[in-house]
Amino acid sequence: MSKAERIKAGLAHRYRAERHFRLYGIGAILLALGFLGVMLTVVIGRGVGVLQQSYIQLTLTVTAEAAETGDWQGLIKTSLREQFPEARKRKDKKQLYGFVSSGAGYALRRQVEQNPDLIGQRRAYWLPVSDDVDMLLKDAIDRSLPESDRRITDQELAWIDTLIESGALELRFNKGFFTSGDSREPELAGILGAAVGSALSLLVCLMLAFPLGVMTAVHLEEFAPKNRWTDLIEVNINNLAAVPSIVFGLLGLAVFLNVFGLPRSAPLVGGMVLALMTLPTIIIASRAALKSVPPSIRQAAMALGASPVQVVLHHILPSAMPGMLTGTIIGMAQALGETAPLLMIGMVAFIVDVPQGILEQATALPVQIFLWADAPERAFGERTAAAILVLLVFLVLMNLTAVILRKRFEQRW
Amino acid sequence: MIQIATVSNDPIHKQPDAAPAGAAKITAQGVNVYYGDKQALKDISIDVPAHQVTALIGPSGCGKSTFLRCINRMNDVIDGCCMEGEIRLDGEDIYARGIDVVHLRARVGMVFQKPNPFPKSIYDNVAYGPKIHGLAASRAEMDEIVLHSLEKAGLIDEVRDRLDAPGTGLSGGQQQRLCIARAIAVEPEVILMDEPCSALDPIATARIEELIDELKQNYTIVMVTHSMQQAARVSQKTAFFHMGELVEQGTTEDIFTRPADDRTKAYITGRIG
Amino acid sequence: MEHEHIVTSFDEELKAIDTTLAEMGGMAEAQLAKAIQALVRRDADLAREVIAEDKRIDQLEAELDHDAIRLIALRQPMAEDLRMVITALKTSANLERIGDYAKNVAKRTITLAEMPTVGSTTHTIERMAVLAQGLVSSVLDAYVRRDVAAADEVRRRDEEVDHLHTSLFRELLTHMMEDPHNITACTHLLFIAKNVERIGDHATNIAEYVHFMVSGEILEDERPKGDKTSQTIVDAPQEKG
Repeated sequence: MSKAERIKAGLAHRYRAERHFRLYGIGAILLALGFLGVMLTVVIGRGVGVLQQSYIQLTLTVTAEAAETGDWQGLIKTSLREQFPEARKRKDKKQLYGFVSSGAGYALRRQVEQNPDLIGQRRAYWLPVSDDVDMLLKDAIDRSLPESDRRITDQELAWIDTLIESGALELRFNKGFFTSGDSREPELAGILGAAVGSALSLLVCLMLAFPLGVMTAVHLEEFAPKNRWTDLIEVNINNLAAVPSIVFGLLGLAVFLNVFGLPRSAPLVGGMVLALMTLPTIIIASRAALKSVPPSIRQAAMALGASPVQVVLHHILPSAMPGMLTGTIIGMAQALGETAPLLMIGMVAFIVDVPQGILEQATALPVQIFLWADAPERAFGERTAAAILVLLVFLVLMNLTAVILRKRFEQRW
Repeated sequence: MIQIATVSNDPIHKQPDAAPAGAAKITAQGVNVYYGDKQALKDISIDVPAHQVTALIGPSGCGKSTFLRCINRMNDVIDGCCMEGEIRLDGEDIYARGIDVVHLRARVGMVFQKPNPFPKSIYDNVAYGPKIHGLAASRAEMDEIVLHSLEKAGLIDEVRDRLDAPGTGLSGGQQQRLCIARAIAVEPEVILMDEPCSALDPIATARIEELIDELKQNYTIVMVTHSMQQAARVSQKTAFFHMGELVEQGTTEDIFTRPADDRTKAYITGRIG
Repeated sequence: MEHEHIVTSFDEELKAIDTTLAEMGGMAEAQLAKAIQALVRRDADLAREVIAEDKRIDQLEAELDHDAIRLIALRQPMAEDLRMVITALKTSANLERIGDYAKNVAKRTITLAEMPTVGSTTHTIERMAVLAQGLVSSVLDAYVRRDVAAADEVRRRDEEVDHLHTSLFRELLTHMMEDPHNITACTHLLFIAKNVERIGDHATNIAEYVHFMVSGEILEDERPKGDKTSQTIVDAPQEKG
């Protein structure tokens, strides 16, 4: 067999191997996409219900006296009793009162406060119901189960059906989830507190980690002499990137809280801890970005008589900026999803108020998810999924910002 | 339209170097350069005549680029690079204490092997040097420097209506001429060229060579080249480096018609030395 | 050449030029010898042979020119290679001239063969021709051996040819004055002598090129010259009685 023939005979095998290799690649991508799809389907399927919330329509008169004493819940109870006069027994009444959320009184107060003219008028108000009724309306409670296995009794079921038929019980858009903080009652619990907490922490983290990381990288890459000390520093930075995040939490607890006496559970401390954790990522990515700037640019600037700082500021940094931003965003995304270090510095507390500043107590999105996932109420499951969705939206937004920033930096030249 | 002022007694356009042609502009005495343990240059002594093109030739790794980079102290930044001996520019030791490297590099410009315009506009590329050295007092003055430099580099007609376009969008030869414009915008006395045409096609090379020939009236040019033909075409003086030694130097005519040293002969005639 | 080129075909091309030149030199030398032989023996046939053979030298020159131009264009020779090619070009032109002179001698030989001989002048011319032929042969040797000393020696030895030429010139003039019947033959012999003298000059030219080729120096000093014919005056012999 001639050489040409031998080569030709092997060709088929070589092309086959190439096709297989490509198929494996496509397979891997499809598998990954499949997992992503399953995850998104499950999370969205479970979390989308939060967009709606059940409300009950109650007709009542807000008396000036009740508004004065703050007995809003009493007004609601009266209205409920009026609607279902057959509930006389103590146990029945309790079940009846259980229909409305414990936060219904606040909802009523808010409506009246916004419009004080309502005092003295008899009219209908839409008020939030309890999580059990909400779950029933969202078909999350199986009516066919025996009464003892259900969280809603047959008696309650009958009343609810009456209410549904009369149109006094319906699903409406759940504004509260996006505008309020955490709550013990799932129907009142919102994500805003955690989202603001996360945003504040990340802001602190970015403010600290980005300049520090970039300056460190620039110094190590451009100015520091290459000797044993800088080697040691480099090794340490690389190791820090691999340190479990909870260790940074411990460090924060020991140093920021105990030594410096900074406020516990504050986004300031959370951000500082996250900054510690993010720094190595930013430094490593920034150094890689600096290294990838072609030496010809450096030499060109130097040969024109630019001082080292001018070389870095005018040429190296602008060229490396897209890479640095990418590294920073990756670090930030990592920080956004981080729970462990925040647990250590007390950002795991149950906080109802939406934080107004970095020194106030706050919690963060991943911590909120962790807390809700742990809660026994069925309605919290729905909120957990919804919170995860919010977290994902956050991440997508951050990445989008990164892409846009990078594009703009690149377009400048 | 910005008018290009005629050359007058304003400081920007004065003849940058009044030394008579042929007098030694740069004098190197006993230059040794080490990269760590490796000696890259061995006892180099050479005079670079003013207003002439001096070509440094020799096989790869012979030290010609290293020597070139000694003249504007670009080797300073290389770790483990150490230099002995002295190099004088107009009689002044450029390695002496108190010599400012930034100032030296404003006097000794450099053009590199691969065209390396900054990722900025054509205008900004040329304006960068004058800007950092504070050579232009006003925007109008800067415009003038930029246009004048582009004109001297023979690029103005090709880029006049797109000064805001990125310099990296030009062709290879245009980029190299942009780099030359950028170097002469600082009005240096000496221009070092490290294989300025090795990445260019013959036409672009010819244009650069023509440009070099014109530039030597105002500047002293030292050029490293791999192409002996190019050295023969553009230079007046040629120095042959081999394994870190300066084997032979002389007028280009002598080196290419009757070299004295066997290593030079073997190199320029393409023999196995 | 002490070292070979990295590109072997370059060496081969240079060698080809050298070979052509050697062949030309050999032919020019042989043509001269034959022409003189024909003159001495008054052999018109041999003379015609010489005339016919000259074409070959012209051919070789054209061939060498072509090779040399091609090599310069394609290889861009430098230093000694450049000098060698230039030397070969100029040498070939000189050798071609030598061939022409030999041919001219042969042409005149055909005419002379039909005339009476004039004294011993033919023998003086033969001596001159042997000397000139020796110069040509030595200079070709010097070329092949790249020998500056031998080339310089050739340059010096040309003086002898010049001296012989001067004395032959006087001799022929004397013959012409003695007997006007000799004038035709003597004029031809005069030209033949001049041709041989020119051949010697061409040999010295080649010697100078060899010197340049090997050392790179262009000789600028005056070479020794013994040709005094341009100043020679021969007084008419006194009428007897």
